[in-house]
Amino acid sequence: MIADVLTLQRDDAQAAPGVPPYEPVVLAFSCNWCSYRAADLAGTARVKYPPNVRLIRLMCSGRLDPTFVMKAFACGADGVIMTGCWPADCHYRVQNVKALRRFELLHRVLEGLGIEPERFQRFYASAAEGQQLAAAFTRIVEELRPLGPLGWGRLPEVARGEAALAELGELVQLEPDAVPEEVRS
Amino acid sequence: MSDPRPDETMPVPSVTPDGPRVGVYVCHCGTNIAGVVDVAAVRDWAAERLAPHGVVVARDYPFMCSSLGQDLIEDDIRELGLDRVVVAACSPHMHEKTFRGACARAGLNPYLCELVSIREQVSWVHTDHAAATAKAEAIVAGGVLRVREHAPLEPFRVPINEATLVVGGGIAGITAALEIADAGFPVHLVERQPSIGGHMAQFDKTFPTLDCAACILTPKMVTAGSHPNITLHTWSEVTDVSGYVGNFTVKILHRPRYVDTDLCTGCGICEEKCPVKVVDPTFEAGIGYRKAIYRPFPQAVPKYPVLDPDNCTYFERGTCKACEKLCPPVAIRLDQQPEEISLQVGNIVLATGFEAFDARRVEQYGYGRLPNVFTSLEFERMSNASGPTGGRIVLRDGVTVPQSVAIVHCVGSRDRNFNNYCSAICCMQSMKFAHLVRERTDATVYEFYIDIRAPGKAFDEFYQRVQDEGTIFVRGRVAEVTDLLRLPEEAAEDGRLIVQVEDTLVGRLRRIPVDMVVLSVGLEPQPDAHEVARRFGITCSSEGWVIERHPKLDPVATMTEGVFAAGAALGPRDIPSSVTTGAAAAARILGRIQQREMALEPIRAVVDAERCSGCRICNDLCPFSAILFDEARAVTEVNPALCQGCGVCIAACPAGAIQGTVFSDAQILGQIEGILMDLDRRGPPTADRRPQAVPA
Repeated sequence: MIADVLTLQRDDAQAAPGVPPYEPVVLAFSCNWCSYRAADLAGTARVKYPPNVRLIRLMCSGRLDPTFVMKAFACGADGVIMTGCWPADCHYRVQNVKALRRFELLHRVLEGLGIEPERFQRFYASAAEGQQLAAAFTRIVEELRPLGPLGWGRLPEVARGEAALAELGELVQLEPDAVPEEVRS
Repeated sequence: MSDPRPDETMPVPSVTPDGPRVGVYVCHCGTNIAGVVDVAAVRDWAAERLAPHGVVVARDYPFMCSSLGQDLIEDDIRELGLDRVVVAACSPHMHEKTFRGACARAGLNPYLCELVSIREQVSWVHTDHAAATAKAEAIVAGGVLRVREHAPLEPFRVPINEATLVVGGGIAGITAALEIADAGFPVHLVERQPSIGGHMAQFDKTFPTLDCAACILTPKMVTAGSHPNITLHTWSEVTDVSGYVGNFTVKILHRPRYVDTDLCTGCGICEEKCPVKVVDPTFEAGIGYRKAIYRPFPQAVPKYPVLDPDNCTYFERGTCKACEKLCPPVAIRLDQQPEEISLQVGNIVLATGFEAFDARRVEQYGYGRLPNVFTSLEFERMSNASGPTGGRIVLRDGVTVPQSVAIVHCVGSRDRNFNNYCSAICCMQSMKFAHLVRERTDATVYEFYIDIRAPGKAFDEFYQRVQDEGTIFVRGRVAEVTDLLRLPEEAAEDGRLIVQVEDTLVGRLRRIPVDMVVLSVGLEPQPDAHEVARRFGITCSSEGWVIERHPKLDPVATMTEGVFAAGAALGPRDIPSSVTTGAAAAARILGRIQQREMALEPIRAVVDAERCSGCRICNDLCPFSAILFDEARAVTEVNPALCQGCGVCIAACPAGAIQGTVFSDAQILGQIEGILMDLDRRGPPTADRRPQAVPA
């Protein structure tokens, strides 16, 4: 079923006239000490990368709760990147190794759900590797582009239904009298 | 471009839902942000689209970090009753403190402020204005949805232990140690070699003033050695570091000297009587000798000798013991064992210095193969009056005075095969060599350079002086140093060295015969720099130089609180800069010691005992031993003094019983939702889409 929607959306993305071309949106989680610093350095050095990547700072890549990744996909991200210190260079000694274990496990779960492996990637960058981080962001965006949208959080008919229900719910709360009897029941 | 003044007519949403009242402030940063991001559009978008999420005011200003910009935030907090602030400007590593301070002044808890980066992460890295503006809006939305979940916090206060650990006894470490000790606080100075002094103790003269290195260094060494507040740990290494700023526990391994330092008077008789003489590869750079029991140089601090068991006859064959028999105070202890001690310190200075580039790696220059090719360190020892030749400049045979000397710059530096960086000191060092050769011999001196880099005080004047003295400067990177004679006119040059170079000023290849070649080798990080960085919990570049907290504004602090760096550990630098960074690190530490305590970010994990099932999944995840299991109550607890706030346990807890301050699940999930808000086709429940009054 997901596959059907995906195919549908890919076709949509290619065919629809007047609609801006598909741009993947990638959420990158960074650790405070290395990869966030590298992103800062990329900025200071004015190294360019595509605006498709948006960054969220954590203290450590080991803080990346699998829920965050699922939430990102559910909110419409087409890809998620886990970035952090190089193994053995972790600010918290070994915590990025624990992140790696969790990454591998989550990767398998996502694959089981039919999500292409390219959509969840990891990249290490020390605080000095702004250029490498920018290059990785660029590469990953280009890898995601041919996959098309993931489509989670973008299912229009579901969204419309939910929105209608939500509005109705609010209406019921706000103005109970305004809602016809048959709808209320 | 929007009006640079605060726009008072900006639409303030009339409908404000209950709950947080958020102010959004978008910074232009001059044109740094506004040149790419349409800040007015971001402001309006935030005011309109984020109103349902609690935004009651959105403003833009040319420089939010200026006092006027901060006043804007403070006034809004007071007048509009804001209880949350989002500033969209530079990286939080830059100005988070500034804006938290502004909030605090207006009576708002500083942790209710969130700084989101639309400069380093948007305007400086993207060129498409529309896409950059859209991304900035998304980032602001992430900040707003995150800050809604913030809670007031108090900084975590830790006491600062007065003692400081200085690692590395070169000029940078000595300076740092003396500054702190003179202010009245204890210092532990750890040095790997038998004596403090570092590389500077090996040099003869210092550029450009030509002061005698020993004359200016040894008084400092002696002061450090005899200072009541300084404890020297020479011939020692730091093996383990644990704890955090204010309260580090460090383990120091004292390697055995085989000498009882309580009894030794430093008379030197053991050294005199020792029958074993070996090449000294460290202090004498391989061109001089030392005994098996030795002091690296006469002015060594401390004065005690050290026995080298690898070369000692007693350790090899079980006989000799000449030193033990002849020591007047009977201080030799051939059964001495390594000893590990543990210390408590509040702050750490890493002044671990550099290592000279190994010239053997540039095979075409023939070092190690052609006897009369020397490295700069060998030349320093040779020109030193207390060195193996007594300051005479001679060829490897120890007798012949060279008639011509070639000095090759940039060996191992500015070279894609080795190190891309400029080693900063080699030009000046090479010109110092030229001066010394001209002063002490009649030799013709050639300097082979790519560019002359002489940007320091009185540096260029020294360059002119060396030119005036008759040194010949040839611009071009040396291709090869060889003893093979290729051209007929070189027949007379048998036994000499030929320097082949493209003279880029003349525009032709030259083969210049010389007697001696000095390779001005670059500076490299210590070979174990990465390992040391890991031990101290700091980061270094791929080469191994320590990374500063900020390369310009915080050049001696590292990303780890309480660990500072000084001298060439930070990157190639000369003596004045090493002294400056040593003193700077000391000044930073003294400020902290005098405050007696320090405020830390209250980023901690907290266990909700009600929700903890006692599964103990988190128990083994903490490398700081901050997680304890209360057997009686069968719940896990986090010791906030040990917790470093990485959050691994929070992510691991299946019951969601562990929460993190500053990085809670709700905050991060809120930020994810906000930063991806524009992708959700449902869109945010904007005010106009809300059900209006419905006629009855």
